Formats: sequence, C-alpha cells, structure tokens
Amino acid sequence: MTCSEFLALLDDMIDTPELRADLKDHLACCEHCEVTLNTTRKTIEIYRSHQIYDMPASLRERLHTAIMARCKKGC
Amino acid sequence: MATIQPIAGTNEQHPDVALVERVRAGDVSAYDELVRKYERQVFRIAQHITQNREDAQDVVQDAFLKAYEKLDQFQGNSKFYTWLVRIAVNESLMRLRRRRTGKMVSIDEDVETEEGSVPRDLADWAPDPEQNYSRTELNRILRKTIKGLPPGFRVVFELRDVQGLSTEDTAEALSLSVPAVKSRLLRARLQLRERLTRYFRRKKGVEK
Repeated sequence: MTCSEFLALLDDMIDTPELRADLKDHLACCEHCEVTLNTTRKTIEIYRSHQIYDMPASLRERLHTAIMARCKKGC
Repeated sequence: MATIQPIAGTNEQHPDVALVERVRAGDVSAYDELVRKYERQVFRIAQHITQNREDAQDVVQDAFLKAYEKLDQFQGNSKFYTWLVRIAVNESLMRLRRRRTGKMVSIDEDVETEEGSVPRDLADWAPDPEQNYSRTELNRILRKTIKGLPPGFRVVFELRDVQGLSTEDTAEALSLSVPAVKSRLLRARLQLRERLTRYFRRKKGVEK
C-alpha cells in the first residue's frame, strides 16, 4: 500500500478505531502516515473540545427572547 | 416536559418531530424548546460562514423566524435540524454576499487547493500540545487556523467533526453530494492538521 492510497482512506480510519489489517501493516512501517493519522485525530479532538464560537449566556438569552417574542406575535 | 435525547433506534420517531407537531398545533412553548436546543449550533455555523459576529447573531434570529414561518413546509422525512441548517446556511450566504457587495458566494463551489491533498509538514506534535497555550491564545489559534479554509470546507468540518452529523445529513443540509462532503472533509482535516503543526510541533532541544 502506498502513502497516497493510505491517505485516501483516512476519512474512514478516523471514524473507526479498529483498523483493517492492511492499514495496520502500512502504519507499522510508515512513520509519516502514522504521524498524519494521529495528528489529524488530534486536530478533530481539539476542535471538538474547544468551542471556538460559543455564544455568551447574555447573548443567548437576548436572542432567544427576541425570537420567541416575534414567534408569539406570529412573526 | 419532554426531554430531548438522541433516538436509540432508527424506527423510533425523532423527538423533534413531536415538538414540531406541537408547534403546528399552536403550542409556541414547543418551539422554545427547539430554539434552546439548536441556537448555539446555528450560531457556530453562521460564524463559520460569515466570520462576523453581528451577522451571525442576525442569522440566528432570521433562521429561527423563517423556520417558524415555514414550518408547514417541513417534511417529516428529513430531520428538523438538517432542515434548519439549510435555512441558516442560506441566510449566512446572503449576509456574506451583502458584505461582499453582491459577489457570488456559494458552498457548493469546489475550491481546488494544492495545499492539504498531500501532507507536507510531517513533524510530530508535542504530547498534549494545547497545554502550552492559554485558553484565550488557543482559541485565537484555532479561529485563525480555520478561518484560512474556504467557507465550504469550514462548514463541512463543523457539521461532521464538531457537531457529529452523519455524512448523509451533512450532504442534505448543504445540498451537496456525499462524495463532495467526503472530499471536502478530508481536505479540511488535512489542511487544519498541517496549519496547526506550526503551533503544536514537538520542539527540538530547549526552545522558547
């Protein structure tokens, strides 16, 4: 398996913890692909655990009240 | 009060469907539940596309009001959230076009980028690299990094990887094909990884 073939399957690997045997074989002998896989997983994990565009509670409340007021009036 | 939980089996009715039915029957408080459940996610999508806080706030309001007005058009065969995202994405694109004085902006335009298809920077990361930055600094890095991607990549990454939507739901929400979502997601992931390597690489020796 080449690195390009490995990378083309990266999408599936990220969502599946148990890797196929041929993918495991490639990883065992290719440090570059191992780094790419691990750091890509880490990239997703970091973005998932840090909500970069979180709404402050005050804004959330203000928007929520405005939306519901308009809905109650029939928009 | 109905609690909103993910559905366990595929044959069960999604809790949102019951809420939508209550709204249609005139119970506005059921819509309140839907707004509370999804307002933060909609805000994040709007921020990713518009990159402007005021616009994102307006998108949240407009998307929920539009969804309320059009609730009769909502078909039970798609998920309420997927349908809502589609409205929010269209509202976000409209705002973006207005700021760019009418220049066409679209999610489905496929941006060919050299970067990201093949990883170039293969340096490994430090263990727990985010620990080397303050929360504020890390937030700045993550925003700056994702901002460099095309809007269509940012929103696919947000929906699939951050919010955890399936590939199919992401495709439906963005009116894209499944292969287009997959291809964008792969490139978004690789580009983000590559850009974050600049900050998170394992340091050699003692470096400040």
